[in-house]
Amino acid sequence: MSAHHDTTAIRIRGLRTQFGPQIIHDALDLDVRRGEVIGVVGGSGTGKSVLLRTIIGLNSPTAGSIEVLDRPVTGATRAQMLQLEQRWGVLFQDGALFSSLTVEENIEVPLKEHTAMSHAFRKEVAALKLRMVGLPMNACHKYPSQLSGGMRKRAGLARALALDPDILFLDEPTAGLDPIGAAAFDQLIKRLQQSLGLTVFMVTHDLDSLNAICDRIAVLADHRVSVIGPMDVMLASDHPWVREYFHGPRARAALG
Amino acid sequence: MAASEETWLETSSSDGRQILTPVGRWAVGGLFAVEKEIRAIAEAATGPIEIDLSQLDVLDTAGAWTIYRTARNLEASGVSVELTGASEDQIALIEVVRAAEAELEPDEPTGNSFVNMVEHVGKSAVEIARETADLLGFFGLILVTAAGVLVRPRKLRLTSLFHHMEEVGLNAIPIVGLMSFLIGIVLAFQGASQLQRFGAEVFVVNLVAISVLREIGVLMTAIIVAGRSGSAFTAQIGSMKVNEEVDAMQTLGLNPMEVLVLPRLFALIITLPLLAFFADIMGLLGGGLMAWIALDISPATFIERLRDAIGLWSFWVGILKAPFFAFMIAMIGCYEGFQVTGSATSVGQRTTRAVVEAIFLVIVVDAAFSIFFQVIGI
Ligand SMILES: Nc1ncnc2c1ncn2[C@@H]1O[C@H](COP(=O)(O)OP(=O)(O)O)[C@@H](O)[C@H]1O
Ligand SMILES: [Mg+2]
Repeated sequence: MSAHHDTTAIRIRGLRTQFGPQIIHDALDLDVRRGEVIGVVGGSGTGKSVLLRTIIGLNSPTAGSIEVLDRPVTGATRAQMLQLEQRWGVLFQDGALFSSLTVEENIEVPLKEHTAMSHAFRKEVAALKLRMVGLPMNACHKYPSQLSGGMRKRAGLARALALDPDILFLDEPTAGLDPIGAAAFDQLIKRLQQSLGLTVFMVTHDLDSLNAICDRIAVLADHRVSVIGPMDVMLASDHPWVREYFHGPRARAALG
Repeated sequence: MAASEETWLETSSSDGRQILTPVGRWAVGGLFAVEKEIRAIAEAATGPIEIDLSQLDVLDTAGAWTIYRTARNLEASGVSVELTGASEDQIALIEVVRAAEAELEPDEPTGNSFVNMVEHVGKSAVEIARETADLLGFFGLILVTAAGVLVRPRKLRLTSLFHHMEEVGLNAIPIVGLMSFLIGIVLAFQGASQLQRFGAEVFVVNLVAISVLREIGVLMTAIIVAGRSGSAFTAQIGSMKVNEEVDAMQTLGLNPMEVLVLPRLFALIITLPLLAFFADIMGLLGGGLMAWIALDISPATFIERLRDAIGLWSFWVGILKAPFFAFMIAMIGCYEGFQVTGSATSVGQRTTRAVVEAIFLVIVVDAAFSIFFQVIGI
């Protein structure tokens, strides 16, 4: 790889988003490095999901600039977005699988849309992704409504990984899973991230996830990223919300 | 060094070994270019093969899978394969793919098409029988719940009732009025051109009045309401089922029949006769206007003929049918809503069925009423 290769996967500068008079983000800066797992935390309604949606272009910001993989998202044409969209995968909160398609067909959707591969090869790749996220092969022909919540998330992850993206966006991937299922999902993400060299942008509330797999943590408070850094920076921070979050009773239990 | 965006395969051979060299970008988007080629080479190969990965710029899981599968198939057919020049990352990726390997689940067997057709017919027949029985059950449930509410009127949800009356009744007035008015015009116009041949133009009044009051007014209204409100009932209740709201309601001690079905049912039973009355008036207006324009029958003459032509029963025959139609439409709409399972597609399918079935039943009931009124001589 070239020497001046940029090591920033996502660069956000001066981001401002608002819905009517309600300001969600103001002068928000954030850099996500290539190959890291970044966890985004913050109180309910601080705009974590909105930030994720804004980065992937589902929501246009009032001001500021966003670059993903050195290409601008803000002001990108439809064609430029299409290129970018093939380089990231998104897992929405409940999987957001297409309910009228089987799991296998769900995974095949991006493959069909963006590649010219043969039907047989497409099925092989879909099966491969299914196995990579740890789903049994008999889940192939099931419809999303026939799966448990955890399986739906895994299937959603397989669809997000279909095009071998560079960046994976996750919105509360472990919310609603039992602790064992959540820990297994954490490990799955970490394993995939390491073996595929992914950059992972993860919105989460799960202290165990933060502790187990995040390289850095970004705290959303007061409309911007207030504190960012690895776990020891969080523990040492004297920001009131951060103190309460990482030193509360649940945190003590999770972080030991 | 700019990474190549191309995907191709170079082949060479040295001292009896065939060397395959994947070059450039072996990633999901470009693999179709070499898919056939590599398969063909693998099938034709007999001697030992070396796969040299040193010329690859990009390798992703799909590319790793292609290479791994080729090597695996070759080995299975007794050809020795050696991977050379692979970087650590590439080896790790191939290892990931190997670990995730699994037998492909075969597609559902398709079988003999004739047998399939017979099976499909049989399944549909059983399904229709089951749904008919279910619908009858639902009919009974409505009656029981309605009786319970009549005994204790306090249980009737008035806010909800008025809300639905506005939705299905008040808001339907413009479209119902316009349709009837136009139908009145069409009837008068077509009737006039036929009756003129016998010099019996003036009977156009009878034609318009009888057909609008007895049949068209109420039937058109019912069909419009089935399309507007029957479908809305199904979609509303169906989405609530998908969101498990109906289950939540039950656990909170609310009876979905009382909360969801009865207000809709009563709203329709109350408003459909009123809408039908409005439709009658608009239909007569349309017919009268056309008679005036096309046949020079003045409004005064029209009203006079109208009084002679129709008895009070012509009007009541139409209006009496309206509550029955309303019951059919509301029952089917709500029933189909409760039949929704799981997905968004199911909501769409059930909504379509609700409209088709409601219109069908309305027409069947209308035919039955025609015979009934014929027999009792009205
Ligand atoms: N489409 C929208 N229109 C108006 N307000 C919105 C919209 N989406 C989100 N919001 C508001 O933005 C705020 C942040 O929402 P969100 O990002 O979902 O919070 P969280 O951090 O819990 O994920 C909330 O107050 C929400 O009401
Ligand atoms: Mg959220």
